[in-house]
Amino acid sequence: MTDYKMHLLICGGTGCKASESDEIKNRLNQLIHDLGLEDEVQVVLTGCFGFCEKGPIVKVLPDNTFYVQVSPNDVVEIVEEHIVKGRPVKRLLYTDPTNDKQISDSKGMDFYKKQIRIALKNCGFINPENIDEYIARDGYQALGKCLSELTPEEVIKEVKDSGLRGRGGGGFPTGLKWEITKNVENDQKYVVCNADEGDPGAFMDRSILEGDPHSVLEAMAICGYCIGADKGLVYIRAEYPLAIQRLKIAIKQAEEYGLIGDDILGTGFNFHIELRYGAGAFVCGEETALIHSMEGLRGEPTFKPPFPSVSGYMGKPTNVNNVETFANIPVILNKGAEWFSKIGTEKSKGTKVFALAGKINNVGLIEVPMGTTLREVIYDIGGGIKDGKEFKAVQTGGPSGGCLTKEDLDIPIDYDNLLASGSMMGSGGMIVMDENDCMVSIAKFYLDFTLEESCGKCTPCRVGNKRLYELLDKITQGKGEEQDIEKLKDLSVVIKDTALCGLGQTSPNPVLSTINNFEHEYHAHVHDGKCPAGQCKSLLRYDIVEDLCTGCTLCFRNCPVGAISGERRAPHFIDQTLCIKCGVCYEKCKFNAITLT
Amino acid sequence: MDTVNLTIDNKPVVVKSGTTILEAASGVGMHIPTLCHMKLDDLNIENKPGGCRICVVEVEGRRNLAPACCTDVSEGMKINTHSMRVINARRTVMELILSDHPFDCLICAKSGNCDLQDMAHNLGIREIHYKGEQSTYREDTSPAIIREVDKCIMCRRCETMCNEVQTVGVLSAINRGFESVVSPAFEMNLDHSVCTYCGQCVAVCPTGALTEVDETGKVIRALSDPTKTVIVQTAPAVRAALGEEFGMEAGSLVTGKLVAALRRLGFDHVFDTDFAADLTIMEEGTELLNRLGKHLAGDKDVKLPILTSCCPAWVKFFEHQFPEMKDIPSTARSPQQMFGAIAKTYFADQLGIKREDLVVVSIMPCVAKKYECGRDEFKTNDNPDVDHAITTRELAALIKLSNIDFTALPNEDFDNPLGESTGAGVIFGTTGGVIEAAVRTAYEVHTKKELPKLDFDELRGMEGIREATIDFDGLPIKIGIAHGLGNARKLLEDIQAGNSEFHAIEIMSCPGGCIGGGGQPYHHGDAGILKKRQAALYTEDKNKTLRKSHLNPHIIELYEKFLGEPMSEKAHHLLHTEYFDRT
Amino acid sequence: MTKIKTLADLRKMKEEAQSKIKLRENSANPDQVVQVKVGMATCGIASGAKETMKYFVEELEQEAIDAVVTQTGCMGYCYAEPTVEVKLPGKEPVVYGHVKKEKAREIIDSYIKRGELVDGIIPVSFKTIDD
Repeated sequence: MTDYKMHLLICGGTGCKASESDEIKNRLNQLIHDLGLEDEVQVVLTGCFGFCEKGPIVKVLPDNTFYVQVSPNDVVEIVEEHIVKGRPVKRLLYTDPTNDKQISDSKGMDFYKKQIRIALKNCGFINPENIDEYIARDGYQALGKCLSELTPEEVIKEVKDSGLRGRGGGGFPTGLKWEITKNVENDQKYVVCNADEGDPGAFMDRSILEGDPHSVLEAMAICGYCIGADKGLVYIRAEYPLAIQRLKIAIKQAEEYGLIGDDILGTGFNFHIELRYGAGAFVCGEETALIHSMEGLRGEPTFKPPFPSVSGYMGKPTNVNNVETFANIPVILNKGAEWFSKIGTEKSKGTKVFALAGKINNVGLIEVPMGTTLREVIYDIGGGIKDGKEFKAVQTGGPSGGCLTKEDLDIPIDYDNLLASGSMMGSGGMIVMDENDCMVSIAKFYLDFTLEESCGKCTPCRVGNKRLYELLDKITQGKGEEQDIEKLKDLSVVIKDTALCGLGQTSPNPVLSTINNFEHEYHAHVHDGKCPAGQCKSLLRYDIVEDLCTGCTLCFRNCPVGAISGERRAPHFIDQTLCIKCGVCYEKCKFNAITLT
Repeated sequence: MDTVNLTIDNKPVVVKSGTTILEAASGVGMHIPTLCHMKLDDLNIENKPGGCRICVVEVEGRRNLAPACCTDVSEGMKINTHSMRVINARRTVMELILSDHPFDCLICAKSGNCDLQDMAHNLGIREIHYKGEQSTYREDTSPAIIREVDKCIMCRRCETMCNEVQTVGVLSAINRGFESVVSPAFEMNLDHSVCTYCGQCVAVCPTGALTEVDETGKVIRALSDPTKTVIVQTAPAVRAALGEEFGMEAGSLVTGKLVAALRRLGFDHVFDTDFAADLTIMEEGTELLNRLGKHLAGDKDVKLPILTSCCPAWVKFFEHQFPEMKDIPSTARSPQQMFGAIAKTYFADQLGIKREDLVVVSIMPCVAKKYECGRDEFKTNDNPDVDHAITTRELAALIKLSNIDFTALPNEDFDNPLGESTGAGVIFGTTGGVIEAAVRTAYEVHTKKELPKLDFDELRGMEGIREATIDFDGLPIKIGIAHGLGNARKLLEDIQAGNSEFHAIEIMSCPGGCIGGGGQPYHHGDAGILKKRQAALYTEDKNKTLRKSHLNPHIIELYEKFLGEPMSEKAHHLLHTEYFDRT
Repeated sequence: MTKIKTLADLRKMKEEAQSKIKLRENSANPDQVVQVKVGMATCGIASGAKETMKYFVEELEQEAIDAVVTQTGCMGYCYAEPTVEVKLPGKEPVVYGHVKKEKAREIIDSYIKRGELVDGIIPVSFKTIDD
């Protein structure tokens, strides 16, 4: 076994790679080889450290020295000073901006880790199919404590004090919801877990159920204890087979241990949990639609009030919470409301899980304290924009949300700030867009989604969204007319004002938000017949520059529709009426003779 | 009683808590327009999905507009029913509905009777600002009902009738988003479904999406064929409603004008289904007494209660939904079919013509009758006993088409022998009427005594399920009445569970009975109209000299000359039927 | 499995489970087992985590390396699936990304057998609730 005395970890994240981490690695290896140290020192490339603003990063083990903004020119100094002489290179250490002190041991600089895992605390740590591993990490302790030592009122107070708000998008205070359901008198009540995650690009609920199903079951039982329900239902989409399988195993194991079932931990409290499958309709994430679907009816919303807390599943008081909301509960009760409420902003406590997707390097699941800025999420955790492109916007809140732009990068993310910026928290999908994304097309994409997912019950959503989509489509086809942008705005406002449920009331948000932030792009489509991002095919035009064309016929031979003509060794031409803007000629031309405008 | 103070359009209002904004506003003279909403008072029927969004109003402090039909008032609410924001939203919503609706108003079956058309007019829509693709669907024609689904505006009224009121469960919303529409499951055709053709969907549809199969053309063709003798029968409920089609007050009895109009249309003989109703009572009443007699004699196998069988939608309902109980209803055919059978035998013989040369047309308040007359068991050599059944509405159209000034017509009498009827036959048209008619005859036949009083108030009313015990001279006879198939289902489930103590049950598919039939002039959500029609029938009954079926002289003559006695072999062959398991 | 009857029993059970895991993790005994956790959420499986897991199980068994291979949920590094955490006795766990067969081979040969780190480490970029 080779026993290296020292490891040099070099950040190979995309951001750092762009600033020459490969070159740093090569030079380090060369130098180590030259000095004959290859049996003692190993250089290893790693993934992103999540500190991209100070990259490239080099971390030295075992002493945990953390070098920032290392350039290839620093390599010699690191090797000669640190490796050979054992003296850290001070000028490359990170300086704490608050006190100007240099920090050498990265153990003391966790602050660069922007993420705190609460809802995801067990995801990726435990075997989700083994209840013992959950129990080893405090599993079911909160339930035991609640049942044995606290009254329902005390538990509800703790949840209220924590400041936890619904993570499904609405942000309603969880403790208050529990209290309301508790105060409705009825001999039968239900706890429902909303696992009907449907935002395009969002998958945090699935991950929690797949990675830590017991945390949700435990929280549901706690909720049942608080509101006086002995039955819990998980409404989960059938497209989540793995999550369903893990939930089933978890329920079985918890039942075998008596942590779910009758007379839990000898306290006389009974709580049973069953699964209900959804067919994957986005609107079934809306709680009244969800309940109808569970009852075997068409998954469409009904007017509130009555709220499910008063009349829900089978007409009984029903407390509906989302998966991530539940996953926070055991931690809050184990660590205390005070601990939890110290994390986050004034009105949004704790953390939020986001699914980072789109044109971002580190696509994945992250969990950050409320109040983290978009910049930190995108650049420090997400590793920046793919291929070094420029950031344009990020869509939060899925098809109900809006886009945030460069101007919004430093806004602390919480429920209220996102709303104020014209978007919303939603369930936590974050889709990052770069300079090549056309904002009209983005709005059209989301409208296409809501159109498909609308239940069709109310006129504004069923017909209004279709008309919005048609207007957007017309604009991307280059057929937009002067009044169309105003029409989009007017219709959007009426749809928001009149639609029945949250889906319809928010469906025009992507349209309004892209118009608010990128109206010039709409105008470019309508007035100039141009798509600034170069995405709308109908607005593209390929031309052959006569002077540069050699008449090689490559484009002519590759054009799939025969739109190119010309004699061999003479300039070729594109017949614009035939061209389908596929771009093959543009790619094939070896002489840069084809222009795209 | 809790009250709530609020202001509507700056007017202070005090209403009961639990009142909707719509109701509160109507109390102060503000009629907020509604489209999907429908409330049939007295019948406990309400459709308020809150889907069309026409009734939105502005509530101070609320982020978005509130649907008046399903928002309850609350203390201190300030409501504006016609602010600029409201009017703009309302008109935009209307434009959106119209943008996905065919523009063939001029040739639509519903033209002039269309709630959507009226609403567009009332909102002053002159232009559709948001034009675009229109959703299109396959047209579905059944023996009784046509679904022209392109015209569906998703008000869900038909769905409420089909599911909640009738518990038939054929119509429901399918597909998503722009494609959503009300349809049988898997977009199957109505005639492949368990649809009973009760026509309550047609009765409430605010557009031309659901209409009856129009057979006026066939009737005109028959009337102009010189080789055919064309006779007509008209159901009891028609005379209490037809006037509405000509601007007359609801509840106007137009029996005499109706006869005159039919004669002017060219029918060779104008007869009355009421005659056949009297005949039905003879058969059904006898069957009841037979079963009752056996029961009292200790026969354990006899099926009680006996259920009436004159409503074709009800028959189809139990054939689909309760086939194991198909030997419980009376085997008596409906009056329409009894009439047809007698017309094409007894009457054809009298005229000396072949049944093929006699065309029997019936005027019915019903669309299911179109289906009923097409059933195979009601045909001889492929020739149906009743050739064409048209609705009250179709008759009105025929009268208008033939330039007849209905209101100016004189009163004329029915022809004989099939035009004579008693008051018992008349009240067949309302819920409770069939059983009352049966009781009048069964009592006298059983007790051999004359009834002291003919009006059985305990059997009358609009309650969905009613029960009464009638004293048959010491023998208490328990009577049940249900109208609306959902109510019928409840009684059937009791029978199934062995919990029914009734001896006889009258069942009518349509709320109110035939007066509320699917083929009647549209009530446009005003259930008060049904009550007026009901009152009209009871008045007609009261004014009749003869009010008991067994005293109808032409009925007596029919038995003497042709049938022998009730339940005779001939009567059985012509006037009774069998039922089929349709599952 | 026997039912847990009281909160005290549950607490005892937690301690037992913890010490079992601690014993496994912190023993100085060099013969202790190697622990391999494969991220087996939908994102991992879609990227081939099942094959990766199977490979580890089979190869480690064939080479008679005393190891426990278990599955776990999503570690959050969806861009680098399949992800695998390897914990050598007495050492901090190390997470590797993009672990297909080839990478798994390299991890077994270099890291598990010889303790040499392999390219593709994913640094832990979050705090836990216990930090």
